[in-house]
Amino acid sequence: MDEELKREIIIDNYQHPVHKGLVDDEAYIKENTNNESCIDNIDIMVKVENGVIEDIVFDGEACAISTSATSIMIKSLLNKKVEEAKKILLNYENMINEGDYDKKLLGELNVYDTIYKQPNRKMCALLPHNAIKKILEEIEKA
Amino acid sequence: MNREDFPILNNDIIYFDNGATTLKPKSVIEAMNKYYFEHTSNIHRGDYKQAIVTNELYDGTREVVKEFVNAQGAEVIFTKGTTESLNLVVFGYMKKHLKRGDEVLLSKAEHASNILPWIKLSEEIGINIKYAPLNKDYELTYESIEKAITPKTRVVSIAQVSNVVGDVRDIEKIGALCKKKNILLSVDGAQSVPHMPVDFTKDNMDFLAFSGHKMAGPTGVGCLVVKKALIDKMEPLIYGGGMNQDFASDGSYELKKGPSRFEGGTPPIAEVIGLREAINYLSAMGMDTIHKHELALKKYLVDELSKIENIKLYNTKSKSGILSFNINDVFAQDTSIYLNHYNICVRAGNHCAKVLKDELNIKNTVRISLYFYNTKEEIDKLIEVLRQSYNIFKVVI
Repeated sequence: MDEELKREIIIDNYQHPVHKGLVDDEAYIKENTNNESCIDNIDIMVKVENGVIEDIVFDGEACAISTSATSIMIKSLLNKKVEEAKKILLNYENMINEGDYDKKLLGELNVYDTIYKQPNRKMCALLPHNAIKKILEEIEKA
Repeated sequence: MNREDFPILNNDIIYFDNGATTLKPKSVIEAMNKYYFEHTSNIHRGDYKQAIVTNELYDGTREVVKEFVNAQGAEVIFTKGTTESLNLVVFGYMKKHLKRGDEVLLSKAEHASNILPWIKLSEEIGINIKYAPLNKDYELTYESIEKAITPKTRVVSIAQVSNVVGDVRDIEKIGALCKKKNILLSVDGAQSVPHMPVDFTKDNMDFLAFSGHKMAGPTGVGCLVVKKALIDKMEPLIYGGGMNQDFASDGSYELKKGPSRFEGGTPPIAEVIGLREAINYLSAMGMDTIHKHELALKKYLVDELSKIENIKLYNTKSKSGILSFNINDVFAQDTSIYLNHYNICVRAGNHCAKVLKDELNIKNTVRISLYFYNTKEEIDKLIEVLRQSYNIFKVVI
C-alpha cells in the first residue's frame, strides 16, 4: 500500500473513529487497556452473541496510532465469528511483531505493516488487540 | 549558561525535560569517577587513607546540603530520592505520631509521591486526607491553605513548586501559619531546590525532600532535611548494617543516633559525592542567577508560544521554568513524538499528578521544563517546529 494512502487512512480513523463512546449494557464485556511505556488509556466493550461479534465500542485518551488502530480493528472484527476474529488478531499481532502473517486476512489493518520501524509505537498499535483478545478469551472461558 | 560543561549538548539535542531529570556537568561525573578510580572504599568502617577520604566526603556532604538550603539547625538524611524521602516522612514519622481522625492537608496538584504514601497511611491508621483547592490558574494559594486548615489538621504536605503547572507556593507564609497553629510542614522540594534559593529555616519547614538527579547531580540519591527536634522521634524504614549501635541474640538492640540510623546498608556513596559536587556547581553559579535566567526564558517562551494559533497554554503566570501546553486536537504524546523528530526532548503525560486531571479537565499535557543551560535559540527552534505542526501527522505517522 502506498505510504500516503496508509497515512490518510490512519489520520481519518484517528480524527473520525468509529464506535467511540461506551454503552450501559450488561451484554457487553469491558476491558481497560493501557500501555506502561506511554500514556494511552482506552476502555473497550465487546458484545458477542451466538459466537458472533455483534458490536464493539471504545472510549479513552490515546495517540493517533492507538486510536486509529482501535477504529480499524473494530471495523475489521464486526460481524465476524469469534474463531475468525481470533485468527485476525493473531495475524495482526504477528504483523506488528515482524512475524509471518496472512496479508489477505487483515484488510485495512495492513496500514500498520511498517510500524515495526518505530519500535516505541508497536505497543500503541497493539493496544486494542490486547484488550479484545483478553475479552474473547474471557468469553470462551465462560 | 555554562553549556560547555555538558558534553551531552554536543549531540545537537534540545533538552526541555528538566522536570523529569537534568543533564550532568563534567565536574559531577569526574567527582564520582575519582571515587571509583582513586578512593573506592566503604564509609564508617575503614582505617586506611582512601576510606578516610571517602568518609569525610560522604559525611561532609550533609554540611554542604545544610548550607545550600539554610538548614544549619537541622539534620540531613541521604535517601534514594524525593520519593523515598517523602515515604520516610509518612511511614518513619507520621505513622507513629498521627492517629485516626487526624487530618493531613495536600493539594490536588501534588506528585504521586506526595499523595500515595498518605493514601496508604490513611488505609493503615485511619487519618483523613484533605485537598486544598486550586485557583482558576490551577495554583495553590496561601489563602486556600489557610481556609482548608481545620482544628484536626496535623500536617500540611505540599510541593514548593508544582511539577505540572509550576506555580511557586508561598512557603514562607504557609510555614509561619503552620508554626502559629502547631501544624507540621512537609515540603516536596523536587522542583524548587534545583531552581531557586530555598530556605529551610526562614520558611519554618519541618521536613524538606528533594532529589539529586533533578539538580545536575546523579540518580539514586536524594535528601530528607529534618528539624533536629524531630529526627529522634522517627523510626527507620530499613534495618541492618550501618544503622545499629549494638544488638544481641536475646533480641535487644540499640540503633544509632542521627541521620545514619535511616541509612541502613551501604548507601550510594559515589552518588552522594556527585551530589556534593552538583551543589557546589549550582552554588558557584548562584541560585538567584539560575532562577532569574529560567524566568526570563519562560517569559520569552510564553510570549512566543502565545503567538501561535492552535496552542493552548495551561500556566502562563507561574514563576518557574515549567510550562504545560497542548496543540488543539492533537494528543500530547503525538506532539512529543513530533518534537523528537527535531531532537527536541519534552514530556507528554499527566506528569505523575493523576488527581490534577479533575481540575484541568484534561488528562495529558506536553510539558516543557527549563534549566540554566537552555537558551533563547533553543526556544526559537521549538517555536519554528511548532509553527509547522499543521504537518504533524505527516511526520509522526
